[in-house]
Amino acid sequence: MAKYILEMNHITKEFPGVKALNDVNFKVEEGEIHCLVGENGAGKSTLMKVLSGVYPHGAYQGDIVLNEETQKYTSVRDSEKAGIAIIYQELALIPDMAVYENIFLGHEIKKGAIIDWNETIVRSTKMLKKVKLNVNPAELIRNLGVGKQQLIEIAKALSKDVKLLILDEPTSALNENDSENLLLLLKELKTQGITSIMISHKLKEVISIADTVTILRDGKTICSLSAKNGEITENTIIKCMVGREIDNIYPGRDFKPAEETVLELKNWSGYDPAQGREIIKDVSLNVKKGEIVGIAGLMGAGRTELAQSIFGNPAGYRLKGELFIDGQKKQFNNTSDAIKAGIAYVTEDRKGNGLILIQDVKQNISISNLKEIAKNGVINQNEEINIGNDYRQSLNIKTPSIAQTVGNLSGGNQQKVSVGKWLFAKPKILILDEPTRGIDVGAKYEIYTIMNDLIKQGMSIIMISSELPEILGMSDRVYVVSEGRIAGELPIEEATQEKIMAMATN
Amino acid sequence: MSFIKEAKTLMRQNVREYGMYIALAVIMIIFTITTDGLFISSRNISNLINMTGYIAVLAIGMTLVIVIRHIDLSVGFLSGFMGAICAIMMMQWGWSVWIAIPAVMIFGILIGCINGLLVAKLNIPAFVVTLAGWLIFRGLILWVTEETGTIVINNPTFNAIGNGFIPDIADVGFHLLTVILGVIGIAIFVWSEFRGRTVKQKYNFEVISMNIFILKLVFISAIMAYITWILAGYNGLSWTIVIVAVTAFVYHFIATKTILGRHIYALGGNPEAAKLSGVNVTKITVWVFCSMGMLSALSGVLFASRLQSATTTAGTLFELDAIAAAYVGGVSAAGGVGKVTGSLIGALVMSSLVSGMNLMGTGIYYQYIIRGAVLVLAVIFDVATRRTAAKAV
Repeated sequence: MAKYILEMNHITKEFPGVKALNDVNFKVEEGEIHCLVGENGAGKSTLMKVLSGVYPHGAYQGDIVLNEETQKYTSVRDSEKAGIAIIYQELALIPDMAVYENIFLGHEIKKGAIIDWNETIVRSTKMLKKVKLNVNPAELIRNLGVGKQQLIEIAKALSKDVKLLILDEPTSALNENDSENLLLLLKELKTQGITSIMISHKLKEVISIADTVTILRDGKTICSLSAKNGEITENTIIKCMVGREIDNIYPGRDFKPAEETVLELKNWSGYDPAQGREIIKDVSLNVKKGEIVGIAGLMGAGRTELAQSIFGNPAGYRLKGELFIDGQKKQFNNTSDAIKAGIAYVTEDRKGNGLILIQDVKQNISISNLKEIAKNGVINQNEEINIGNDYRQSLNIKTPSIAQTVGNLSGGNQQKVSVGKWLFAKPKILILDEPTRGIDVGAKYEIYTIMNDLIKQGMSIIMISSELPEILGMSDRVYVVSEGRIAGELPIEEATQEKIMAMATN
Repeated sequence: MSFIKEAKTLMRQNVREYGMYIALAVIMIIFTITTDGLFISSRNISNLINMTGYIAVLAIGMTLVIVIRHIDLSVGFLSGFMGAICAIMMMQWGWSVWIAIPAVMIFGILIGCINGLLVAKLNIPAFVVTLAGWLIFRGLILWVTEETGTIVINNPTFNAIGNGFIPDIADVGFHLLTVILGVIGIAIFVWSEFRGRTVKQKYNFEVISMNIFILKLVFISAIMAYITWILAGYNGLSWTIVIVAVTAFVYHFIATKTILGRHIYALGGNPEAAKLSGVNVTKITVWVFCSMGMLSALSGVLFASRLQSATTTAGTLFELDAIAAAYVGGVSAAGGVGKVTGSLIGALVMSSLVSGMNLMGTGIYYQYIIRGAVLVLAVIFDVATRRTAAKAV
């Protein structure tokens, strides 16, 4: 039996109200490439944070054994010293510093009290050779593509004499060529004795590279598959990933959508100048009146970008293609135009860009449609109180008063305020981005009931969700998005968790 | 017993706001004692308020600029430059004061617009844009006053703005019209407080108990009455007070009652969320800078009128006084928080310090050090009380 370089035994990590990790066992053999797979929220990132010391010893239960020694990290520094390096999705490089400065940032080579730049450059060149990257070490990071930056992150990790390299979805922002290069490099590093853990959603990659695959679901280890035994196949992985119980938390509805199309996209593409890549690729879809259309897919697949591109394009993507509302071709210059045309968008990140946390409930609700309660630009504040109380009642927002600051409410109630804010804008099409993320089961049920009421009143809903049971429980029709494309469309009768996951990971 | 308890909780909840009023009161009492009552004399209070005027209007505009997370460093020399232009219009071009003042205000708006467009459209940091403005307007003042040096203004109407008082209606030994206006002011205050309370009760909002409410009304009315009485004992309300009061009222109204105001505070509170809620970020930003430009022009007029001349150094350090007043008045640099009325009180606190220390004959170096210390203390107090307020909930 091969030696385990890392053993994580009986790891349990609790957050208020949720068990993010529940008695997880995770073992990595020396010199292998180990892939960690699971749906969004399965606990992969939490597990890696436990390993790297982001959650220090004592903040979790269970123990970590590295090279047969029990580890008690109090900070990320400790785990780095022990030879663990994590490369996150968001790269941690300084764009306006040179390659060599970045590689040795934080562990500079010193000669006495000053930095030995010559030695730094020499060693950087060696590291770059190791990762097979042919760039001038004096080049600024800003001038390099994401693929090369990724390799520099790896070079940086190697310079610290890493034993265990962890990559969190390394290829999610890369094109196919760069992805392939990266995978080849990992195999190469393996022959040099470096063990890697890779978190990935792309099953093809996983199958091609992994020696072992561990699958997490709902904070538990579900299966561990080995390549030696020929266990790693797409089917087995998907079976392990999904199969979450669909409990009866979805209110039934006896209502069929109309035939009438309210929103249609034709050959809709979007290029993001900030990331320098296409994030929406040739999307065509339609939404009927009184319909809930589910948009499934993994995080980072471009679902939020798609939603925002419809909602007045606040991020300034370069868009191509046609958008029709009620059969009429439209072009929105800003969110205000989209709101006027009857679109509303409840953001995925209600704290970051959904609500104004320092303002109170009624001010948050009225902001999207102040004109309705104003005369000559002066707000009728009594009317605003009325509106606030109406939505507080109809959405059952639990707050001592509508004059309460939104930042003080629970997640579920904040979400209801978000929904209330957009209902007050009286939209025809409501886009809900992860409508039940981070809220408890009771509040979820309430949100679902509200959604049913709304479509009965003739509204159409586009629901973006990473939770497959939610997609299956609430949608009339499902589109699956993968890497900015529509990977498939499924009527609800034909949709299963396995089918959706297969499309989303393809 | 419950009365004291309620007063205590109320004090804790509103410690930031009340703290400022208390600070102002404490400063005034201390100076009254150390100057044997000279500080609180009618003449000094009247002067003090006139001296605060040109900073107060800047502080009002600066409040909104800081609320939307920007800064405007150019206001000081812009104010000086506008004062000089106004003086040139009247003295050299022979324009009527009624045309010259609106003209410079419009000029101020245009300059503010340029600042706003550079910030909002080209995304240049406001600090840089307005620092450039600071240099440019400094140069422009020197340029337009190069031949003449200080421009003396001998237009009595114009000079009355900074030095004159509203006319009286009868000679009764004190300023009757001021007293009448003061009484009307108190009546409007009491009426609006009662009305606000009834509306809140109608919507089942929590209101403070009747005892405390009456106490608050009596307390504030007494202060208003006392100030009125002091002013009436000298020459009455000055035109500066009238102008500042009207400006503060208009801005307070815009900030609290209008869509525009709500959009400004939403933008400051969370720019991303505001944008996704249909707030036109560019438009709001440009508006706020335009308003700042207009108020800079107004400030320039007030200052030139007060000195009865446009000088080559007019406006020096006004921007920092205005920013300090806003911070002392509780505006948060993190954005979205701050009241127009707060900045007004902040400006009064700062100029009370100057006036009091001048009366005491405190050395100028001590004065700067003390003003700096007060600014830091105010912000520390602000941060600390915000933290306790967050904990209390």
